[in-house]
Amino acid sequence: MSAAALDSKALFRYVLRLGDLSLVLGQRLGEWVGHAPALEEDLGLANIALDLIGQARLLLSYAGEIEGCGRSEDDIAYLREQGEYLNPVLAEQPNGDFGQTIVRQLLIDAFQLELYERMAASTDERLAAIAAKSVKETRYHLRYSGSWLVRLGDGTEKSHALAQAALERLWPFTVELFAEDDLDCAMADCGVAPRLAEMHTAWTLRLDELLAQATLKRPGDRAHSWQGKRGQHSEHLGYILAEMQYLQRAHPGARW
Amino acid sequence: MDDSRHWPLYEVFVRARGGLDHKHVGSLHAADERMAIEHARDLYTRRQEGVSIWVVPSKAITASDPGETESLFEPARDKIYRHPTFYDIPDEVKTL
Amino acid sequence: MYTQELDVRGADSPATADPGVLEQHFLARVDAEQKIEPKEWMPARYRSMLIRQISQHAHSEIVGMLPEGNWITRAPTLRRKAILIAKVQDEAGHGAYLYSAAETLGVSRDELIDQLLSGKAKYSSIFNYPTTTWADVGAIGWLVDGAAIMNQIPLCRCSYGPYARAMVRICREESFHQRQGFDLMLHLARGTAEQKAMAQDALNRWWWPALMMFGPPDASSTHSGESQRWKIKRISNDELRQKFVDFTVPQAKFLGLTLPDPLLCWNETRQRHEFGPIDWNEFEQVLKGNGPCNAERLAARRAAHAAGAWVRDAASAHAEKQRLRAGRQAA
Repeated sequence: MSAAALDSKALFRYVLRLGDLSLVLGQRLGEWVGHAPALEEDLGLANIALDLIGQARLLLSYAGEIEGCGRSEDDIAYLREQGEYLNPVLAEQPNGDFGQTIVRQLLIDAFQLELYERMAASTDERLAAIAAKSVKETRYHLRYSGSWLVRLGDGTEKSHALAQAALERLWPFTVELFAEDDLDCAMADCGVAPRLAEMHTAWTLRLDELLAQATLKRPGDRAHSWQGKRGQHSEHLGYILAEMQYLQRAHPGARW
Repeated sequence: MDDSRHWPLYEVFVRARGGLDHKHVGSLHAADERMAIEHARDLYTRRQEGVSIWVVPSKAITASDPGETESLFEPARDKIYRHPTFYDIPDEVKTL
Repeated sequence: MYTQELDVRGADSPATADPGVLEQHFLARVDAEQKIEPKEWMPARYRSMLIRQISQHAHSEIVGMLPEGNWITRAPTLRRKAILIAKVQDEAGHGAYLYSAAETLGVSRDELIDQLLSGKAKYSSIFNYPTTTWADVGAIGWLVDGAAIMNQIPLCRCSYGPYARAMVRICREESFHQRQGFDLMLHLARGTAEQKAMAQDALNRWWWPALMMFGPPDASSTHSGESQRWKIKRISNDELRQKFVDFTVPQAKFLGLTLPDPLLCWNETRQRHEFGPIDWNEFEQVLKGNGPCNAERLAARRAAHAAGAWVRDAASAHAEKQRLRAGRQAA
């Protein structure tokens, strides 16, 4: 199946998944600014947030074009109902302590790196371009989150315990990242997206290396029940959207 | 308030573009060299002001004593023959 | 170029340690617009005055992240969200540059942060006001950053090298801050009736605190004399304040908003805007800690610092482990 024969509705949904992942994770990081453990981490987390919002803008703009109904990046970011957001639920998990934020970040950074590296060769030119730009940002994000995972895991007893606890808490949500459904298959079949199974292998290898350096134990896999990619979210997304969408909802049609 | 943080001070040098020297841009605190590079990148190169970063623990830097400025630097002052402008080159010799 | 310098004898520290002579040389250098650099001789009061001023400036940047950071998650478009994150990130960076500059004077960042968190150190009063609407973000960029720029440009010529250089860097980044604030206000002023009302309301609340940012009137300012002699403070409070008013009045007119001062009027003879009396009681109260948000701001900083202790400790512990491992390998 060539890219041209691709169902545009399917492509639209797929691009939303990628865009919403960056959007929701960027939104979460925005909560940290001014409250990080050190001035330098305020800078570091803000840097990642900025990159992610940037990715969201590119991806959601593209989604709007694919849809062809004239919706802008902001219409899509701010005015959908909860069930229309297609990010994996891992992204919407609370910041918790710095350890939980770093673990969440690392799990997603490692995912995005595998994704963008392969997607730079996508049959969809626009996605290829976005991926080529984003992969450089993601390499730096992974360097940051990976370094911190190692410092926390192999730091003090307390930091080790907190990092391990964060890992246990967030690990179940990683299953969804690589659970391939019809949409993932269709995208991979026509070369728009990489195969999740392949990404999973590479991701696991990289994680295992980092976890070993961090002296942390990989938690056992648990049954997967989350389907953020299909618009079925945890309780957290509702609150995130209420805050994020407030002004646009309070002033319909206004320009900012 | 007790603070057991011991993130030493590092001096940061940035090469803004290829062909230029590294320039001292300031300092920062970091726990180790790797963190120092990351912090320097986030702190001093947000506006594409760098292609290369050096970080050096501040305590590794030996500075000349400002009190010795006279003896260290003044003797060079009266050796003005070291400066190109000391020499009158005839206009006809253009490439010197 | 070189030959000009060769004939000028700089007033460098002579071999003698007579403080009177040292101070003469120091003053001569300051008068000649030469920069004083770290570890060079300086009067004790010059050092303490600079530490106080630079650290207050640094604290202000850090605390200043909070009233605006407040609105990052609620920014009404992705573009505004990105701009706001970048701005607040810059403020963290400015705090870092300034703490670095202060550290060259022999004080540690940890000491300075302790002073802030214990309530001993002061920071700009303006950040003790709440940001209750999105328009406040615009008002802060337009007025507060505008006032800050006015204060900071002369500081780029301050006699102390590291502070002057930090200010040059900061001023370069600050002009984006003011522009984005004005741009935000412009969109509101030209928007719906509710948006325009939001903008006017924010202006009403931020105008007078912005004027107070320039400090008390010259007549009652305690530190000015020495500060100006040593070229730390180069222009007086009242002069800067007047300049700010004169710059801002036409900007407000352009926005179609009304400055909340019924006494504001143009003085043709003196070629400047006359403005109403400032409530210096309010200023005193806010400085004392009784402003609307003083307690909240400090509490937020204390909480972040306390919550982050285990993280900072982990980083130090890990670095130590790495050093020991490297040592063992080398052995």
